[in-house]
Amino acid sequence: MMNARDLKPVIQVENFSKSFGSVKAVDNISFQVIPGECFGLLGPNGAGKSTTIKMLITLLPPDAGTAIVNGFSITSQGAHVRESIGYVPQSLSVDGVLTGYENLMFFGKLYGWSEKQLKDRVPLVLELMDLKEAAHRQVAHYSGGMVRRLEIGQAILHQPAVVFLDEPTVGLDPVARHALWKHIQELRRHHLVTLFLTTHYMDEAQELCSHIAIMNHGKIVVNGTLQELRKIAKLPKASMNDLFVRFVGPIDSEKGDLNNVSKIRRIARRLS
Amino acid sequence: MSQKSAESLVGSVRRCGPFVLYLYHVWTIIELETLKIFKDPTEIISRSIQPALWLILFGEAFSRIHMVPTGQVSYLAFLTPGILAQSIAFVSIFNGLAIIWEKDMGILQKILTTPVKRSALVLGKMLASTVRSFSQLIVVIIVASTLGVHLKWSFDRVVGLLGFTILGSVFFTGFSMIIAALVKTRERMMGIGQLVTMPLFFTSSALYPISIMPKWLQTLAKINPLSYLVNGLRGLFLSTSYAQGTDIGILLMVSLLVWIWGTIQYPRLLI
Repeated sequence: MMNARDLKPVIQVENFSKSFGSVKAVDNISFQVIPGECFGLLGPNGAGKSTTIKMLITLLPPDAGTAIVNGFSITSQGAHVRESIGYVPQSLSVDGVLTGYENLMFFGKLYGWSEKQLKDRVPLVLELMDLKEAAHRQVAHYSGGMVRRLEIGQAILHQPAVVFLDEPTVGLDPVARHALWKHIQELRRHHLVTLFLTTHYMDEAQELCSHIAIMNHGKIVVNGTLQELRKIAKLPKASMNDLFVRFVGPIDSEKGDLNNVSKIRRIARRLS
Repeated sequence: MSQKSAESLVGSVRRCGPFVLYLYHVWTIIELETLKIFKDPTEIISRSIQPALWLILFGEAFSRIHMVPTGQVSYLAFLTPGILAQSIAFVSIFNGLAIIWEKDMGILQKILTTPVKRSALVLGKMLASTVRSFSQLIVVIIVASTLGVHLKWSFDRVVGLLGFTILGSVFFTGFSMIIAALVKTRERMMGIGQLVTMPLFFTSSALYPISIMPKWLQTLAKINPLSYLVNGLRGLFLSTSYAQGTDIGILLMVSLLVWIWGTIQYPRLLI
């Protein structure tokens, strides 16, 4: 068996930086993601996680540094990057007026799939995401967990090499969260999709991620598997929560501005 | 995933070359927007009330006092293409709101991470708005005919009407997308929408011929794209002697301009 570290990385980030005005949102970070991994970017609100993800999926250009995604440069080969990735944004991205089936058909076409190809592919994805029964129901009548599953289905429809999930369980109730985790794990284990996710939930990172990078104030504080983090922290039995406190300090619960709070409330309201 | 299996999963339209794929993308955007309009037609229905009211209330009353010199035709007949142009412009301008809503939702961000070219997305949205405008065209024709406006029908007139309706909605939708990208929030877009539509309407030739306007207003009317839409439609409705080549040319030019500008401006909606 080949050592996982010898595989060519799916994502290779070098010296990434991004500022908004005088605020350094991302400050000279570097890391890599190995195929088949679930890479978790963990950190408090405002740590720079979303900015990092937006640069990797070509929505924002970096101020400095480079990143290679699936062998393509995000700055000079954006079109190729976009073809080879899937993205589940933090805010909701499916159309409530349409049915689940129609939403998937629409996105498939944007990836250049023909109607005929999609008629074979879409039912498979609906089944994979446990949405077969609800396929022809309007998305406005879906539960929060179903909406999120549809969004993940949308992101994996064109069989991308890597899927980016930005805070996938924000706004979900605990039952729906655990159900969604199962689906995410299944994607990785049975369908060999590489996952890159951001989260500020410690338990989520511990449950899902095979590799964790903790981010704070735009910098990566520590980066490794759960075992490696425990080793670095010299806390052999520590939970993700303990490790987070050890590396970042106690979580500042007052973080996140009005915009941030209202955004999360809006998502939660739409998901409930 | 091996190279071979990855190859077989490529979308088949992509193999037809970049130009076909581009058109396919534009068509997909149009298809989606149209589907959405038909799933929830309340918007079209409520929007068609305004032009009907203009014709029935304002048009009927003003026809009686013969205040505006409109030559051989009745004022109502003169007004009809003006109201049509107005409602095409207004319906299209409020597309900017829908686009901001899509940004707030996250749909826009997601579409921008797919291989769709930004210019294809903008063009698709511009063309899709035509569906809404067609509904206005139908309402205006029905109301005007009921009120006794005699419309001259022929094949090339119908083609012309459809053509001008497309050009008008394409331009004003592109225009609203640029404004949306500049103002970024729904509240501001509502305000700007109101602010823009009134002067646009009154400085055009929709309500009165350019010849009776004071000099300064004539200058404004001549740089107002709505005037060219009115002129084009009026020529078709009344077969007055308007140079339609100029109207088509100018509308095409400004549409191209807002398409290019919108493509540059559109991604900035995210920042």
